[in-house]
Amino acid sequence: METYLFYIFSFITVWTVILMILQKNPIASATCLVISFFSLAALFALLNAHFVAVLQILVYAGAIMVLFIFVIMLLNLKKSELMHEKMSRLSFFAIIIGLGLFSFLMMKFFLIPQIFFGEISPSFGTAQEVGQSMFTQYAIPFELIGILLLVGIIGAVLLGRKDTD
Amino acid sequence: MENFITNMIAQCSWLQSLPKWVVVFGFQIFFSVLILFAFVAIFAMLAGYVERRVAGRIQSRIGPNRVGPQGILQSLADGIKVFLKEDVVPTAADPILFRIAPYFVFVGMFLAFVAIPFSAQWVISDFNLGIFYLLACEALVVIGIVMSGWASNNKWSLIGGMRSAAQIVSYEVPVSLTILMIVLWCGTMDIQQIILSQGPMPWHWHVFQNPFLFIGFFIFFIGSLAEGNRMPFDMPEAESELVSGYNTEYSGFRFIIFFFAEFANLYLIGAIVTILFLGGWQAGVLPEFFVSIFGAENPWIVALIKNFTQLFVFQAKALVLVFVIIQLRWTLPRVRVDQLMALCWKYLVPISFVNLLAISFWVVFVPEIGTKITAGVMTTFGAIIFIYFFYRVYWQLKFSKAKIRMNPFS
Repeated sequence: METYLFYIFSFITVWTVILMILQKNPIASATCLVISFFSLAALFALLNAHFVAVLQILVYAGAIMVLFIFVIMLLNLKKSELMHEKMSRLSFFAIIIGLGLFSFLMMKFFLIPQIFFGEISPSFGTAQEVGQSMFTQYAIPFELIGILLLVGIIGAVLLGRKDTD
Repeated sequence: MENFITNMIAQCSWLQSLPKWVVVFGFQIFFSVLILFAFVAIFAMLAGYVERRVAGRIQSRIGPNRVGPQGILQSLADGIKVFLKEDVVPTAADPILFRIAPYFVFVGMFLAFVAIPFSAQWVISDFNLGIFYLLACEALVVIGIVMSGWASNNKWSLIGGMRSAAQIVSYEVPVSLTILMIVLWCGTMDIQQIILSQGPMPWHWHVFQNPFLFIGFFIFFIGSLAEGNRMPFDMPEAESELVSGYNTEYSGFRFIIFFFAEFANLYLIGAIVTILFLGGWQAGVLPEFFVSIFGAENPWIVALIKNFTQLFVFQAKALVLVFVIIQLRWTLPRVRVDQLMALCWKYLVPISFVNLLAISFWVVFVPEIGTKITAGVMTTFGAIIFIYFFYRVYWQLKFSKAKIRMNPFS
């Protein structure tokens, strides 16, 4: 039962992500991304990591996707503007970063395969486990991400406010 | 749910012949799809009727009273009328997104019902992240509303959808922080455990435990009203500005789906506030009392009576809140968009941060006896407000010159 569900949801995830890249309409690709987030959450739930699954929906499908759709609507891009996009320097960097991340994952996969195939502990993905690892093992990265978010918020306020002086 | 089903299997011999997971899944699907769906449908109809009658009374008119006795079938008539209308899809609209958007809204609302405990045993899925899951369900609703606004290809719809997205995402912050307060207070995210940490009497409820939870109750209530696009925060569908907001272009069955979702959300607000702050289904000695009155011996009947008593207590609290929300809609004027955002970001969010900090200190430092004293003080305070309210109502009825009809059906 769970194996079949895993195959169904992983197929949906991969297929919608591919569709997201191939769609011409930005709203349609955003919708595909939403569906892929939901099936990813289902995959987490199949691993009994309910906390991670709910977080996935709450943060990504809820807040971040709404902001994406919001921005797309505000910009109100015409289809013609999207068709003739040339390869800019930015997309060159994007390709390099994407390839880098992919090769990093592949390296992990071939060097330490047991984290992909080994047994997972029963407490994997529970609220306790996530909190424990966040505040002990990964305390410094967690704080750094907090600072990054703070910088982002301050930057947004600075850009968004009117010139008062 | 598990206990109830196990009990049921033990009682019925023909259920024992089936494998257990078939029975469990069968009952869960039966409860969630048939009973909850029927409940939501009937509630939407009745709430629509009650809302219009209350609106009529508040505006010094009668309200619908022609269809059926006292107009009780008005919603049914309206439903049939809307159902028979043509399902129009504008030619300029996005064909796929326009069609699927209402289902996002409805599924989001309906998924939340799965985690609502109606009594000690009647909850379809009792898992240890219930309250967190309820927050996540809102995500689908936002996406559905934004999608319907965009796909309609209509300026009013688009503005309605965007307002709704901004509003829901903003008000999710104080609401989530207040839920976090409750989670800190109880030390769990399981809805049943949250209810069990309260008690049947008002001084056991979370509202009256300490001043911060009392403020949190109001923040949560205001925040849920805003998240549910209810008056006075119904900017996304402000008729005087936006025709009907994100559902302007919808007709026929798709409109009914939006309508159902709106009223399902009305009930959800009442139910969640009841669960978090007002003791949920806790009925104290009432279930035992009813069992002794009926002299029930059969364990299955005993369980049924107990669960029904708790169900009635829960529904009474939730429906009183629903009635208050309906009255608020017809009493308060609509706020402006900038006022709406200012209320959220300048008042509710800072207050709930302070609240969260204060409750953390309280949980760590204040001993049990201190909480008991504040619970007593806060309950007395609440009782005084309540008595004053009834005194004012009594005074109005006795001394005001205006004629007030006490019979709602006269």
